[in-house]
Amino acid sequence: MPGADKTTTVDEIVGELRPGMVVGIGGWGSRRKPMAIVRAILRSDLSDLTIVAYGGPDVGLLCRSGQASHVVSGFVSLDSIPLEPHYRAARQSGSISASELDEGMFLLGLQAAAWRVPFLPTRAGLGSDIPRLMDHIATVRSPYPDPESGEHEDLIAVPALTLDVAFVHQHRCDRSGNAVWLGEDPFMDDLFVRAADRAFVTTEQVVPTEELRSGGVDITRQRISRLDVDGVAETPNGAHFTECPPLYGRDEVFQQRYAATAKSDEAWGAFAAEFLELDEQGYQAKVAELSEVAR
Amino acid sequence: MSAPRRADVCAVAIAEAFRGDGERLCNPIGNLPLIGGRLAAATFEPLLALTDGFYTLIDDVPPVGLDDEERLAQRVVGSWNPYREMFSLLWHGRRHVMMGATQVDRYGNQNIAAIGDWNHPRSQLLGFRGAPGNTINHTTSYWVPNHSPKVVVAAVDVVCGVGYDRAAELGPASSRFHEIRRVVTNLCVFDFSGRDSHGVPVLTLRSTHPGVSVADVVSASGCEVAVLGDIPTTRGPDDGESDQLERLDPAGSRFAEVPDP
Repeated sequence: MPGADKTTTVDEIVGELRPGMVVGIGGWGSRRKPMAIVRAILRSDLSDLTIVAYGGPDVGLLCRSGQASHVVSGFVSLDSIPLEPHYRAARQSGSISASELDEGMFLLGLQAAAWRVPFLPTRAGLGSDIPRLMDHIATVRSPYPDPESGEHEDLIAVPALTLDVAFVHQHRCDRSGNAVWLGEDPFMDDLFVRAADRAFVTTEQVVPTEELRSGGVDITRQRISRLDVDGVAETPNGAHFTECPPLYGRDEVFQQRYAATAKSDEAWGAFAAEFLELDEQGYQAKVAELSEVAR
Repeated sequence: MSAPRRADVCAVAIAEAFRGDGERLCNPIGNLPLIGGRLAAATFEPLLALTDGFYTLIDDVPPVGLDDEERLAQRVVGSWNPYREMFSLLWHGRRHVMMGATQVDRYGNQNIAAIGDWNHPRSQLLGFRGAPGNTINHTTSYWVPNHSPKVVVAAVDVVCGVGYDRAAELGPASSRFHEIRRVVTNLCVFDFSGRDSHGVPVLTLRSTHPGVSVADVVSASGCEVAVLGDIPTTRGPDDGESDQLERLDPAGSRFAEVPDP
């Protein structure tokens, strides 16, 4: 049987959110971020959000808008611009609190939440400043003696990164939430949706289930199933200005324009007025207009 | 024969850091580390595996600086390696990474997260990225293109990559996969063959690049540097290596990263 029709819009999805929520955002750095959702949050009056992400402009934008109060990340970077300027400013001014993890610890935190266990053990983080600076990170002693030394090894117990809600961007999705990713890295999107109480997929294209693999798409790209998805919103070019290969690359010119808004309140204000007060359709029309001019 | 150019000396020193690694992932991060790592794979360590910089392990040794289209067209993919697989690979341990360092100290602790107090950073940097997991799970080396007392410091502000003092505190079980092999800078090569008074490995001068004195290195370093006996000069590339360097970096990007003195 086909699943229920879960199609909706980014603004309806964001209408379900509440201040203080823990929000997971898929993708990686400035790669395949569900930016249409981020833009919808920017248009809302949500506040006091905890953002959990391999951070890119999603984190920077929500820091600059003042809607993020806490950020959990393995890094925050725009890739081609190594340091995210708005995240930097927020950290340096103290406008947010932060929990910075090793990238692999972050993966295990999501996996723990997805598997409903309180923590997963790892060597990653031992000896570094992470357990010293993040006071919620504890170690756990192995109950098993090492066969050679007889020693009981201490490991980092990465706490589950349990999310209230998760957002991921996928290339294709059917109306019930069965999704297809293209490109070369699924990132941790399938873990984000399972780590969350409620999960939403934005997608380049909503297609009938029978057409998810049309054009020779391999079965291994059907990673996220409807079991883990509460809503689907079609958002063509919705990862803009981050990349979504093979459909489109990062809009480097736009990203530079975004990064430059950290220079002054005026620069941010002008950018926000030009791009962030529009609805998604208006934003995309504006972006299309810009790329026409560039051509 | 004319004196080797400084960037080529650095590339060879980086390549030498991977000597003896055999069949494992050589994973240098940054432009000159990539050139040096690929030089090792193209010459004396042919079993090394490389990455295409993204999501695959490749079995050819392409030049650096390719645009996306060329990178995808040229690569010979041996294996798929998306990020989660990279973590799996590195926790398994068959990898030697060379990372950059905003600060590195006498014990090989590395910082890329923040300058100042992490709770109130004067300058926020990248975050911890993979440094804690890398250093506690497999061999790690560092590349420092701008050796100065601000980079080679007495103690890093935030420990991202774990150094030998922290590893010693953890004890032998937890630190058994920890190895900081080399720190290659634009002035010299360090290893950790020296020991402090507690027997903990410390930053030790292994060679100075042509034209650099031991005193130059000491004055460019903000921490104590062990100098044991006579210090050799870092070698330049042999003819075969020079040819490979030209092939790997035809645009000469390495000379912009490390100018000649």
